[in-house]
Amino acid sequence: MARKITYQQAINEALDQEMSRDPSVIVMGEDNAGGEGSPGEMDAWGGVLGVTKGLYHKHPGRVLDTPISESAFIGAAIGAACNGLRPVAELMFVDFMGVCFDQIFNQAAKFRYMFGGKAETPVVIRTMYGAGFRAAAQHSQCLYSLFTHVPGLKVVVPSNPYDAKGLLIESIRDNDPVIFFENKVLYTMEGEVPEEIYTVPFGEAAILREGDDVTIVALGRMVNMAQEAAEALQKDGIHCEIIDPRTTSPLDEETILESVEKTGRLVVVDEANPRCSMASDIAGLVVRKAFGALKAPIEQVTAPHVPPPFSDVLEDLYVPNAAKIERAVTRVAEYR
Amino acid sequence: MNTELNRESLLKAYRMMRTIREFEERVHTDFATGEIPGFVHLYAGEEASATGVCMHLSGNDYIASTHRGHGHCIAKGVDPAGMMAEIWGKETGTCKGKGGSMHIADLSKGMLGANGIVGGGGPLICGTALAAKLRGDKTVGVCFFGDGASNQGTILEAMNLATVWNLPAIFVAENNGYAETTSPNYSVACENIADRAAAFGMPGVIVDGFDFFAVYEAAGEAVKRAREGGGPTLIEVKVSRYYGHFEGDQQKYRAEGEVQKLRNEKDCLMQFRRHVTADGDISAAELDAIDAEVLAMIDDSVVRAKADPKPGPEELLTDVYVSY
Ligand SMILES: Cc1ncc(C[n+]2csc(CCOP(=O)(O)OP(=O)(O)O)c2C)c(N)n1
Ligand SMILES: [Mg+2]
Repeated sequence: MARKITYQQAINEALDQEMSRDPSVIVMGEDNAGGEGSPGEMDAWGGVLGVTKGLYHKHPGRVLDTPISESAFIGAAIGAACNGLRPVAELMFVDFMGVCFDQIFNQAAKFRYMFGGKAETPVVIRTMYGAGFRAAAQHSQCLYSLFTHVPGLKVVVPSNPYDAKGLLIESIRDNDPVIFFENKVLYTMEGEVPEEIYTVPFGEAAILREGDDVTIVALGRMVNMAQEAAEALQKDGIHCEIIDPRTTSPLDEETILESVEKTGRLVVVDEANPRCSMASDIAGLVVRKAFGALKAPIEQVTAPHVPPPFSDVLEDLYVPNAAKIERAVTRVAEYR
Repeated sequence: MNTELNRESLLKAYRMMRTIREFEERVHTDFATGEIPGFVHLYAGEEASATGVCMHLSGNDYIASTHRGHGHCIAKGVDPAGMMAEIWGKETGTCKGKGGSMHIADLSKGMLGANGIVGGGGPLICGTALAAKLRGDKTVGVCFFGDGASNQGTILEAMNLATVWNLPAIFVAENNGYAETTSPNYSVACENIADRAAAFGMPGVIVDGFDFFAVYEAAGEAVKRAREGGGPTLIEVKVSRYYGHFEGDQQKYRAEGEVQKLRNEKDCLMQFRRHVTADGDISAAELDAIDAEVLAMIDDSVVRAKADPKPGPEELLTDVYVSY
């Protein structure tokens, strides 16, 4: 039996192993070690939730804590990537992208195209997303669709520890700018993760469960909820196929389309707000390219078109859950 | 030094600081039971800053606050009971339980919100100050921000804009020695945050944030200048926080005994009490009575917050737009 570690440990291990293997990999972000200039311990935090803990002492000089100047340090990571380094910069909560988005979407994303194919920008921007911490409207959003919208960026959304490690190593080795989305609720999720270095390729969805009745495409934390729902639906005789795209850019269209060709029924589960989302993107894809196979309208299970609320009762209503997925799947399965 | 402050104002300032302290101590205790959801950043230790500044403001002046916003809210007149209910996620909260600790706001009190985005308030205060200037109503805007936030582009851009437009704005940098774990000794490139004022063409002053009277005096000058059309000021308040960055922080980046020493030797309430009772004008018994009243008021706010209902499910979808 393989070793089990958490999603958070898997990310830490990927960073550690890549830093050991490749001296051009550096890590930077606010309090990624913690304690700079302060009277107490260094590496006091290892990132706000401890994900980068330990790297500071293991890789001297290569874990840089930054001032709260996201435009400057995210931009610096991008510039450093143009000059031989492979920086992994942490934008703590993705909600903070607002203060540094230009460096990402007008600079990093566009270099290769604007410069006629001459640039390579191997930067990774790690960032946390998602609701569930009662952290309210400015610390709980799921903004991967905003980045997916921008040509030139690759966008990774791992749903489990194994993928988190393999996809992060792939991200670090990739020569394009990659936005790596970590779900904060998943940090404590345990799973089997090999100790060796391995990669998970971009643009290859995982089929986590096979079934002939309904296809569920789910992202990030929603994958686990879809699995829970599928388990329950199995008892009612509804067999779901669960697809985790793992990267939203590139998107593995083929695996999704093949599955819908087989089932004719699709439910997309996305924790993000519904407008211009991955849910609407994937639904649109299937309507365009597998229209003939569809036997029922596509259902989207998403957060509503509102910001994430604070109060626990409202936040629990806001986030999709297994029961909502079950209901959507049942409606789609029963549609005649 | 405190010549402008009559008895009544001194008692008001003391009550304000005591209310903030009691509120924060109580949230600290209750957070430890696991009943309070989310991220909570406490202002205990910094009371003289919010109080020394807000004692000069009226309800028509605006302030913008930070993630560590409870003290600013109380000093600006936001109802502590509504704040407590908000922190507990209740329907009766200042923001109906939709915002929580990091987003307490009361626009009717000129309180433009705590803020989850570091540096978010600077540009906003330029806007309230611009409106005040164009109306000519002599009100001002105050942006509170931290040492960490002083490195954020939004704050630096806002200070420049405030001078360019000669806005009635005051920038209050609360330098509490840490941004999360990181010291301004590391993150701020110059010696003092106030030194940056020169680059933005505004006066910059440094005050001891444990000394209410020092803050009060510096803020008084800045507010007066702003009201008279003299433009913005940067005030750096050197202070400390008594608790972690947020509740649950182990604080290993701090020195052993650091906070205890500050509580024993510099505490703003202790200094204030010593100062005003030494004059003989105000008695210790009067201050004790305020302490007891504040304690009872905070107790009551917690009892009510706990008993109050959570927001109903229909609240999830309301308040996104004015009209849609
Ligand atoms: C744009 C942005 N970057 C980072 C954070 C995360 N964060 C929240 S508070 C904080 C430290 C702020 O330090 P400071 O400005 O000194 O305020 P203090 O907490 O000391 O009151 C950080 C990094 C954030 N909320 N917003
Ligand atoms: Mg600070």
